[in-house]
Amino acid sequence: MAGNKTEVSAARRSKHGGILSVVMTILSIMWISPIFVVILNSFKRKAYIFKFPFGVSPYPITDGFDKFLKGAQKMFCGMLNYQNGISKTDLFHCFGYSLTITIGSVALILLCCSMCAWYITRVHTVATKVIYVLCLFSMIVPFQMVMFTLSKFANMLHLSTPVGIVVVYLGFGAGLSVFMFTGFVKSISLEIEEAAMIDGCNPLQTYFMVILPIMKPTVITVAILQTMWIWNDYLLPSLVLNINKYKTIPIAIQYLKQSHGQIDWGAMMAVLVVAIVPIVIFYIFCQKYIIEGVMAGAVKG
Amino acid sequence: MEKSMKKFAPIFLWPTMIAFAIGFLIPFVYGIFLSFCKFTTVTDWEWVGLKNYGRIFYVNGVLDTTFLHSLWYTALFTVTSVLVINIVAFAIAMLLTKGIKGTNLFRTAFFLPNLIGGIVLSYIWLMIFNAILQNYSKTIVSTQWTAFWGLIIVVCWQQIGYMMIIYVAGIQNVPGELIEAAKIDGASSFQLLKSVIIPLLMPTITICTFLSLTNGFKLFDQNLALTGGNPGKMSQLLALNIYDTMYGTQGWQGVGQAKAVIFFIMVAIIAIIQNKLTTSKEVES
Repeated sequence: MAGNKTEVSAARRSKHGGILSVVMTILSIMWISPIFVVILNSFKRKAYIFKFPFGVSPYPITDGFDKFLKGAQKMFCGMLNYQNGISKTDLFHCFGYSLTITIGSVALILLCCSMCAWYITRVHTVATKVIYVLCLFSMIVPFQMVMFTLSKFANMLHLSTPVGIVVVYLGFGAGLSVFMFTGFVKSISLEIEEAAMIDGCNPLQTYFMVILPIMKPTVITVAILQTMWIWNDYLLPSLVLNINKYKTIPIAIQYLKQSHGQIDWGAMMAVLVVAIVPIVIFYIFCQKYIIEGVMAGAVKG
Repeated sequence: MEKSMKKFAPIFLWPTMIAFAIGFLIPFVYGIFLSFCKFTTVTDWEWVGLKNYGRIFYVNGVLDTTFLHSLWYTALFTVTSVLVINIVAFAIAMLLTKGIKGTNLFRTAFFLPNLIGGIVLSYIWLMIFNAILQNYSKTIVSTQWTAFWGLIIVVCWQQIGYMMIIYVAGIQNVPGELIEAAKIDGASSFQLLKSVIIPLLMPTITICTFLSLTNGFKLFDQNLALTGGNPGKMSQLLALNIYDTMYGTQGWQGVGQAKAVIFFIMVAIIAIIQNKLTTSKEVES
């Protein structure tokens, strides 16, 4: 069947391939062009961003190259917006908080939820059944339903710090993760575990030496899905964290608008670029896993 | 084996369960309880029965249409975005499964916006929209309809890549023999699409439809950052309306919580319908 498929596609390729490739190239460049516009504008002086959002000089090149070039020199201001934006938002600290929260939460979710999923699949009691159903149920509850009570409880329990919020993420993210891990554990044959136990492993050793390595594909999927959620999440950290002390990147960007009434678009452009770059780098390196993770996640979730 | 595992429950089970209780279970139950109370924080509640639910629609005997407005605005927004996202994503997926050169690169490009979060995404587009609209002396929040189409463009840009990936996976699972057989029988491209590819893709279409449906219905970040609910409260989607009620005006927390309960029930109904549809499809195939 595989051979058949390639034959078909080869035949198609020779017919329309060239034109289609060109069309798709243009389309996909247009698709990501907003990002290029932001990068371009992040180097422009504030006053020019809305006057000439898509150009590189106030004058058309037909006015003579010198005039065009001088205009362009006036329009761009180097890294000024970046200095401004980064100092206004304290962006590097925010980046640190975002990174701490994301890595901490994802690591904890992976460890705790995979353990929990293994336990509730292997131990058959009423309690484990109830836990599984509750996890399923939590997946359909929108955050608005719990946001008020959750943020108040988190404050009362002193979880309003980048370390404490990790517990909140584990709690609110547990549903989906436990569900996905459970789906995988069900496919692991019992004999492997029993063999390990007979060889003298206690459950903890069995888990770390046998189960966890087998679960690697699901670990990657869950890690990708949770990373995408937590890194970009705005509402939960903005309600749970002590905002005066700790801001994540989305919160910093939202507050750049709120605190200055009129948006400083120069600084905003620069901050947006700084926010996008790590995502793009992460994407380039983990592309294969991200796309596979998304596919697996969509089919199961 | 079960016995020896049970001894390890404190390690395997309890951490997740404690966090689950703090992060979901207790706030959820307590949230339902508080929707029947007047409160400003979790400790000073006073039971008021169904009064909060009444105040969603009637304030001092006068009909308040804010919530109803945001309900139908959300419904219209969700339907439009589901249609546009799925049609465009499907079309791109069809083009990307023809085996043309550079398919992987195109796929990468189309998926990229999905990784950028709602807040960042919205400010990118806010700049572009306002730069274009100023030529017509407008902004994105001039009317509820400029805001509407602005939101549509932003969520489409974000989600089309995601749905496209799922459609590509679905299309690649369609057996090549079936398509060849239909072609030999003289089916046109349109017939092939209508009678062979789409019927075989129904499970994928169901998944994508419901994913975009719930995403649209629960949209918050983009709404907050792009329009902030302006002009007036005319472009408030449900999630933002709830947030605004809860944190915008003092003394309305109870009403906000009541709205959240209604919101939850609506999301739950969508999820149950989806579950019914997908499981019945599985039985058929």
